[in-house]
Amino acid sequence: MTASDASVPAGRAYRLRTTERMGAGLLLALTASVLLVPLLAPGDPLAIGDVLSLRLLPPFSTDVEGHFHLFGTDRFGRDVFVRMMLGGRVSLAVGVLGSIVAAALGTAAGAIAAWRGGVIDRVLMGLADTMLAVPRLVLLLVCAALWRPGLTTVVVVLVATGWMGVARMVRAEVLGVLARPYVESAVALGASPPRVLWRHALPNALGPALVATTLGVGNAILLESGLSFLGLGIQPPQPSWGNMIAGGRDVIVTAPWIALAPGLALILTVLACTLLGDALRDRLAGAEEESMRLGA
Amino acid sequence: MHLQRVPGSDHSLANLVARRLAGAVVLFWLVLTLTFALLQLAPGDAASLLIAPDASAEDAARLRTSLGLDRPAPVQYARWIGGVLRGDLGVSLAQQRPVTTLLREAVPVSFWLGTASLLLTFAIGVPIGLAQAARRGRPIDHLLTVLTTTAYAAPTFWLALALVALFTYGASTWGFPAALRLPAFGIHSPAGNPGGWLGVVDLVRHAILPVGILSAVGAAGIARYARSNVADTLGQDFVRTARAKGLTPAAVHFRHVLRNILPALVVLFALALPGTVAGSVFVESVFAWPGTGRLLLSAIAARDFPVVLGATVVYAGVVILANLAADLALPLLDPRRRG
Repeated sequence: MTASDASVPAGRAYRLRTTERMGAGLLLALTASVLLVPLLAPGDPLAIGDVLSLRLLPPFSTDVEGHFHLFGTDRFGRDVFVRMMLGGRVSLAVGVLGSIVAAALGTAAGAIAAWRGGVIDRVLMGLADTMLAVPRLVLLLVCAALWRPGLTTVVVVLVATGWMGVARMVRAEVLGVLARPYVESAVALGASPPRVLWRHALPNALGPALVATTLGVGNAILLESGLSFLGLGIQPPQPSWGNMIAGGRDVIVTAPWIALAPGLALILTVLACTLLGDALRDRLAGAEEESMRLGA
Repeated sequence: MHLQRVPGSDHSLANLVARRLAGAVVLFWLVLTLTFALLQLAPGDAASLLIAPDASAEDAARLRTSLGLDRPAPVQYARWIGGVLRGDLGVSLAQQRPVTTLLREAVPVSFWLGTASLLLTFAIGVPIGLAQAARRGRPIDHLLTVLTTTAYAAPTFWLALALVALFTYGASTWGFPAALRLPAFGIHSPAGNPGGWLGVVDLVRHAILPVGILSAVGAAGIARYARSNVADTLGQDFVRTARAKGLTPAAVHFRHVLRNILPALVVLFALALPGTVAGSVFVESVFAWPGTGRLLLSAIAARDFPVVLGATVVYAGVVILANLAADLALPLLDPRRRG
């Protein structure tokens, strides 16, 4: 970050707030609708009614019972929009849970590696590098294939394959902090190693970890949907965006809305996480620049 | 990304190369160990899935012996590592053919799919990032940011299905010209490879959608990265000097800025590879391309563990090689990194 950025602080700060508002607002709106829409919908969204008269209705149509279907119905006559919102609950929960737990695990691993050093550091970072050498999707596929697919497996596997990046980052951050003079003075004043780690090193690593978590939510949601699309994630009849898209695959030519609608929700969600993550990162970079200017 | 430079130590280029090579070999060995450990951790073994429910205990024992599953874990581990070293990845349980034979058929398909996509990814992504950085904050920058962020958020398999819908359903509904009715399945027309130039045209027509999707998603990521990288570089003193001495914007961008972000792009190439691999798994699945991704997926569906492990080893090997290549290329492109 450079002088040209610093010369326009007002414009920069304003733009930051706009993307943050957009990302956070979009996420809030999505969360509210996945929670509320299935509650307000008439009937059980998982129930299969009169298949012959209800199935494969196009978007914006009203069925014989007078119910309106915003995104049409699937091959069993279930409302695509309501199922999409129901699937969104699973996708959002899995994404948020998976990436937060992964980030917490990564933060702990990184901090411990930096703090203890030696063999522990080498083992942890060796494991991280090894797992980073296998593309995450392949690792996920292998794990999902070895264990029984389902909600728990997906979350566990997302955590198991998502901690390495954060661990590497936190380790570097903590090592940097531990070399600073104020840590030396804290130690001289008698602070115990855990206290130094908790009070001085970790707060500094929190910002980058937060950015990684926010971007990680979108990534985890994409991966979950990918696994579910391939039949290795959330299992039908429980809807998730991935298995809904898979369910519309056979009828993509005659009834494209079944596969396309959940994808739009997916794109909006990941977009919101990316916008928010980018905005947080820019804000963090701005704050760092500020503190460096003030410190100089 | 960061190379440690220890003051006073003598790290010649050859020394650096040797250390990187050793690191890559160790990493590959660790990956082999990890895949073996995963298989050991999983509930049940390969035999328990192969055995018919009504098979006798003796039959089960015979199968375990023939697969070597009755040996202690260290022996199995040694056999696995030894096999990989000899280029023997075992025999597919489902197809009863050597895993290496299956991979020899599948890997070239994925290799060319990935290579074409990566080349296009950079050819599209870098100019977009450069253009955005040069016009930072203007409407065109915002528009491209919206486009790249959206493409970056789109799942590959969904894009693939959407394009299949567009080019099959849409093309016949809205009457696209014949040239635009792109085939959505396989790498050859059902009639078989016509050979010669017609064969090439046929292959290219089949490749447009898969390669296009992989490149679009990849290019979005590259553009996002290149934009922020170039924007940082543009603010540096040497750029101001270049401008001050009267160079045209094009000269500044291509001779000074692009050259400066070249090392970053090389690192990015290694980073972009796993994404392309992941994307190719989905693309091969949707478009029915007989590549490594499809082989892996069908092996997972059939619980064909030797093939699953073999494909994983190939993927990890490719990623490790790409990282090694990037690590070795960096000192050549950037004298500051020669240590």
